[in-house]
Order: sequence, then C-alpha cells, then structure tokens
Amino acid sequence: MKKLTALSLALSALLTSTLALANTTLTVYTALEADQLKAYQAKFEEENPGIKLKWVRDSTGIITAKLLAEKSNPQADVVMGLAASSLLVFEKEGMLHAYAPKGVEKLSKQYVDDSNPPTWVGMDVWGATVCFNTVEAAKLGLKKPESWKDLLKPEYKGKIVMPNPASSGTGYFDVSAWLQIFGEKEGWAYMDKLHDNIAQYIHSGSKPCKQAAAGEFPIGIAFEYRAAKLKVEGAPIDLVFPKEGLGWDLEATSIMKGSKNLDAAKKLADWAASKSANELYEKNFAIVAMPGIAKPNNFIPADYEKRLIKQDLRWSASNRDRILAEWTKRYDSKSEAKK
Amino acid sequence: MMQAAQQRPRSEIFAWGLAGLCVLVLAMMLIGPLVAILSQAFIDPASGQWGWQSMAASLAAPGMLQSTLNSVQLALVTTLIVLPLAYLYAAALCRTAMPGKGLMRMLALLPLLAPSLLPGIALVYLFGNQGILKSWFPDGSIYGFWGIVIAQVFYTFPHALMILLTALRVADARLYEAATVLGAGKIRQWLTVTLPSVRYGLLSAAVVVFTLVVIDFGAAKVIGGQFNVLALEAYKQVIGQQNFSRGAVIGVLLLIPALLSFVLDHLAQRKQQAMLGARAQPLVVQRQPLRDGLALLFCTLVSGALLSILAMAVAAAFIKLWPYQMQFSLNHFNFDDVDGGGWGAFYNSLLMSLGTAVFGTLLVFVGAWLTEKVAAAQPWRQALHLLAMLPMAVPGLVLGLGYVFFFNHPSNPLHGVYGTQAILVLCSIAHFYTTAHLTAVTALKQLDREFEAVAASLKVPFWLTAWRVTLPVCLPAVLDIARYFFVGTMTTVSAVVFIYTPDTMLASVSVLNMDDAGDTAAAAAMASLIVASSALACAIFAVLSWLLQRKSQRWRD
Repeated sequence: MKKLTALSLALSALLTSTLALANTTLTVYTALEADQLKAYQAKFEEENPGIKLKWVRDSTGIITAKLLAEKSNPQADVVMGLAASSLLVFEKEGMLHAYAPKGVEKLSKQYVDDSNPPTWVGMDVWGATVCFNTVEAAKLGLKKPESWKDLLKPEYKGKIVMPNPASSGTGYFDVSAWLQIFGEKEGWAYMDKLHDNIAQYIHSGSKPCKQAAAGEFPIGIAFEYRAAKLKVEGAPIDLVFPKEGLGWDLEATSIMKGSKNLDAAKKLADWAASKSANELYEKNFAIVAMPGIAKPNNFIPADYEKRLIKQDLRWSASNRDRILAEWTKRYDSKSEAKK
Repeated sequence: MMQAAQQRPRSEIFAWGLAGLCVLVLAMMLIGPLVAILSQAFIDPASGQWGWQSMAASLAAPGMLQSTLNSVQLALVTTLIVLPLAYLYAAALCRTAMPGKGLMRMLALLPLLAPSLLPGIALVYLFGNQGILKSWFPDGSIYGFWGIVIAQVFYTFPHALMILLTALRVADARLYEAATVLGAGKIRQWLTVTLPSVRYGLLSAAVVVFTLVVIDFGAAKVIGGQFNVLALEAYKQVIGQQNFSRGAVIGVLLLIPALLSFVLDHLAQRKQQAMLGARAQPLVVQRQPLRDGLALLFCTLVSGALLSILAMAVAAAFIKLWPYQMQFSLNHFNFDDVDGGGWGAFYNSLLMSLGTAVFGTLLVFVGAWLTEKVAAAQPWRQALHLLAMLPMAVPGLVLGLGYVFFFNHPSNPLHGVYGTQAILVLCSIAHFYTTAHLTAVTALKQLDREFEAVAASLKVPFWLTAWRVTLPVCLPAVLDIARYFFVGTMTTVSAVVFIYTPDTMLASVSVLNMDDAGDTAAAAAMASLIVASSALACAIFAVLSWLLQRKSQRWRD
C-alpha cells in the first residue's frame, strides 16, 4: 500500500513537473508583512510566468506551530520569510528539502545555512532596537539609555516592556544575545536585574515598540523595522541601538520536503536568492543577504550591520529549549511576586 | 432488528435512520476530538508510548502550579463579586416594582454580545498608563489580578444574572403570606423562604461563573500583564511554543472544573424543578417607593458600569492616535492596513455565524424533534441526549484543540475538512449545542404527544405533522436557537483560535491578533463591529419573532 502511494506520488510529481509547470500554483507559508507580500508576488510572477503563488500568512509563532502540526501531512510547498531559528527546528525534524538556489554563492555566507546543499537561505536580517518615547520620558524625567546595562538603572523600574522569548522570535534573540555578549553566568545575572525593571513580558515582538509609541510604557525592546516604521508614521520615539551589540535573526526561505511542485518550488527558491528579490527586501530592511544592495535608512545608522553580534544561529536553535526552560523558571513563574 | 425494520413502513425506517445519522454526526463532532485530545495528553511525544510521563512532566513544568493557583484565586474572587451583584440585580428585576425593568434587563445582558477580549481592551483605555482614569490604578497596576477580575466580572455578570432571574422568577406567594401571618420580619422571611428557594440557583450561578473564569484566556491575555493563568498557558504552549502535548495536558486539566460544574449544575437543576408545586400562586409585587428607588439606583450603577466599559471600547475605536492626537478618525477601521485578517475576517465571521445558525438549528431541531416526537426514532433518544449535554462540560479551548488533533490526523478520512470553513462551522455547532438542544426540547415538550398519535392513526406521514403542526408551533424557539448560534459564533474566540487558517480568518480571532501585534485601537474597532452586528442580529430576530407571534401564534391566546 505504502509503495503504491509512493509510486503514485512519484508519478504525479513527474506529471506535474513535465506537464503542468505551465500553470502551477505554489502554496507558500509566510510570516512577512501583508504589504510586502504584494510586491514580492508581482515581481516573482512577472519573472516566472506560469507559476502562481498562494500565500498562507500569519505571525511567526502561529506559522511555525501550524507547520509543525501539519508535519505528517504537509500542506506547504515553500516557506518564505520565516525566522531562521524556526527553520532550524524544522531542519532538526527533517521537514526541509535541501537545495542550493542558483546564484546562492553571491550571498553573504553568514546568512545561508552552512550545510551543502543548504536547507535554508536567508533573505534579510532583523535585529534588536530599543524604542524610547521622548514625550513620556520628558514628563517622567527619564534619560535616554545608551546601552543594555543602562536599562538596569533604578529610574527605569516598571517602565520597560520586552517580548516574551518563549513566544516571540525577537524576544528570544535578545535573550540569546545577552547570554552570548555577557557569557552565561553574567547574562543571567543581567536578566535577573533587568527583570526588576520590566513592567511586562509581551507575547508578540511588535507590540513593545507600539506600546512605547503610544506612551503606555516609555521603553520598548523591539526590532529596527517596526521602530523605523512607527517613527516615519510620526510616533514620538527615538531609536536606541545599545552599544554592547544587537541580537538578530534572519528571514529565510526553504523548500518543504514532500512538495508536489518541486520544480516550481525551486524556481521560487532561486528567485528568493536573486538580485531582483534582494532589491525588494532592501525596501523594508537595512541588511539583506546579497552584499552591496542595501541603501541607508534615515533612522538606522549606516554601520548597523557591524553592531550586530557575531553569533551561531545553530547554537541558539539547539540551546533554545534549555534557555527557555531556565528563563521560564526564573521570570515567568515568580513574576507576580514582584507586585 | 433489521428484519423488524424491514416490515415497518418506509417512513419509519427513514425516521430511525435520520435520527441515527444525527447521533452519528454529533458523535463525530464531539467524541472524536475529545478522544483525540485525551490520547494526546497521555502519549509521550518522544517515545510514542502510552503512560503518565507526558502528563507528569507537564504538571511539574515551571509555572504550572502557580498558574493553577492563580486561576483558582481569580475565579473565587470573581465569583464572590459577581454573585451578590447579580443576585441583587435579579432581585430588583423580579421582586421590586421599580420602573424601567425591560431596559435594565437589556443593558445587563449587553456583555453577551461582545467578545470576551473587549472588556480587557476597554480597561487599557480606562485605567492603563494613558487611560482617562489612570489615577484609579497608578503605575500600570490595572495590568494584573484586578484588571482580569474587572474584565471577568463584565463578561460573567449576564451569565449569572440569567440563572438567578430564572431562580427568582418562580416563587410561591402562599409561602410569603404564611410567613407574614406568622409574624416573620423581612430578614427572617428572606432566610426562611427566599434563600431556600434560590439556593440551587445561587449554587448554579456560582459554579458557572467559576468555570467561565477558569477556562477563559482572553481577559488575561489582554490585561493580565505578568499574571499567568492556566487557560492562557495552554494558548501560549500551543501558539507560542508549538508544544501541543502540554497544551493537551492543560486542556484535560481545564476539563476538570468544567465537568464538576456540569455535574453540580445538573443536580441543582433537578432539585430546583421540584421546588415548585402545582398549586403555587404567583407572587405579585407591591409598590414600595423606598425599596423600588434603591433598586433603581443600584441597577443604574451596575448597568452604568457595564455600559461605560462597552462605550470606552467603542470610543477608542474612533480616536486617531491615543493619547497624542485625540481627534475623531475612521482610520482604525482600515483593517487591511494592519495584520490580523482585514475586512475579510469580518465578512467571514458573518458567513460562519450564518452557516452555524442555519446548519446548527437544522441539526439540533431535527435531532430533538425525531427523538422526542417520532416513535420509530425513540431508540436514539438517550444517546442523543447524553451527547447533547456533553458540550456544556467541554471548554471551547479544549474542543478546538481536539479538532486539530482529530481532523488533521492523516488517517482520518475526514481530514479534507481541516483548514476549511466547514470545520469552523462544525466546531461552533458542537460548542453551543447544549443550550440549543435544551431550548428545542423544552419547546417540543409543550406540544402534546397526542398530535403524533392522532396523525399516525389517520395515516398522515410524520413529516407532514411536523411541517403543519410541530414546526409552526415551535418557530419562536427555532428563531431563538438560530439567534443563539449566530451571536455565539460571532463572539467566540476560544473554540476557533486553533483551527482557523489565514484564508478563514474570523473577526473575534483578529481582535486577539491585532491586540497581540499592538494595534489596540484596531482591535477595539473590530470588537465594536462584532457588538454592533450581534446587536443587529438580535434586533432582526426580535422583529421576526414578533411578526410570527402575530401571524402564527394566535392559538396561544
């Protein structure tokens, strides 16, 4: 029975690849912003006539949960624009199809999976940024922080919100960056003290900066894309890039193992690594996988890439469970004791 | 069995088969998912072996004990606040002659039209760090225990009120007369006559409020700050950390209070029914200006508080950029500009609610009618009744999670339903089945069984009797059921939060997601839209019901 299914699958794959490429619909799971998708889709379909993209879009946590839930019965052909730390979890589960897109050698090495062929290919980087509400700070007499250590000052007690690392990719790269910058022991000691100043750990990565922008809490630990966007929209915030170094993650693309449209999926993976795709990523992100494409942004410093910490994404992925268990034990369970 | 069936007229076999189909469909909607979630909780994800390991590991996980204690504490405090408030409110409506009773009743039931996230959102604007009354809760102290309590009081108040209204409505005037004649004072009368007659209602209201608080995660999500509760933990484990087995374990834990309250409630209702003898005299309330005035004042204060929470959420939806640009703006209704599903989510919710109303009412009514009225379908009666009572004891969160495990299992022939709108309709019908079924049964029981017997002896087929007599008589109840399904599906989050897909996004879930992404004003706008459409639906059903009453219910006079 199994053999028969496998045979029929192989046959149908063969059929689709030879006959139906002329009009294939690819199911692509993504956590990209809604407004970015339209531009990516238009450009890809223009350059690859005959392949249509069907997006399934939700937040990083939900898309990751969905893909894992569907592990035994995958619905997606390609995952595009999902955190590399999530893709590394799928890699461990054997859910990804390794493939080296055309021109992958032109991309910065540190933004592409190092196995050969790679299982995922980076598109752009998003990294830590602190949103600081200047209006509320003036009212409260708060000084602008310059470093992570500054955030420990007693004047910020109850004034800081940050994403919960257990549910937010942004929150997790903050925690893993602190452990890498300060070392494990010092890192946890840092978070112990920071915990006293944190008003809330927030479920999502976008909300802390929006709360800072609305003055609900004057300081929100966030990421640069959201912060710059809110500032452009007129929110009274300053962007702070703590000087010890910034945690970061990649948005990346992978082909799902078992895709019935493998040829079309490869076309999308090729495109995601191409120059024209990187030119589109550049419109939203300060750092993209292809060197020399990014242009300066008014609110993000030109040397932003140098401020990112040197890190091994695989280390943060393989230590994720351990770090989160420790984090939850220290801060989640005793959190209301500090009232 | 088969042979006996073959000798029967075809119509009877059909009735038997149709009732059996109803039972089968309901079993698929409930038993399948429940078995799936139970087995998930007892299977070790690493080894695939049955046992207690996964359960034990989840229970010992950091934070589990604390969030369980938090949930219990929260539920106790909320119950202690809601119960006296709802009792006094119900007493004012049933046992005083205050003016404006209809309005007061309507205002108190308004929270039923809102998703459970709405009060939390409103509290941010009322008492948050930029709230209009921030001095009441300085330094963001609304985020946490008291914030959740206030939101839960808003959300559970109408549920407690409805139970207590039913309990207080039945009263035997003869008992009060006797007490007065015997010289018992007001307090003595309350202790010896009123309290004994409503004690089961009070118990029932208490367990319902307690359970609703324990199984809700919306309030804690929006306004809970660092205060963690069990239901939110289940949500976080599944959505944030992809830990389905721990989500399943917490789901099973949440089943415990729900099952307990179901049993208690069932016992209480039985006793309650026995309270009123056939010779009871209805109580006629006399005017007493002081008492009636106080009652009116009290009801005005309580409904005013409920109304201001609702109004705050609606107002926040129309303000440009709280708190820096306080002008009127419709920008937050541009849902397509923010993450969360856009206007499509709202239209999809309307469609889903309509679908649930149509198919749910059909299933509920056909099932109840066959098993109550058609002799050939009687063998299914007990099975249907048991299944129909089950959803009352299953929290929406648990049901929804069970739907994921059951319908997305590759060996399930029905897995094609997964990810479609059909699964949302199925889950919503299952979630709200109990009340709908009880409404249908009550209405059907009002009709004498003689109708069917006479019709059968005249060789009128049973469906013709149903079409000409049963359905027209029961139409008000049918409309009630449809309205209940519609509003329930519009407002529920917990039952659908794990099974919607980006293509089948729902308005109530998008409120959750928009608030999660920090677009609080857009979340308030969507929540207001839900309230408005639920209210509009209620108004339409009220008009329909009124028209029907005039046309087809004259026989009742």
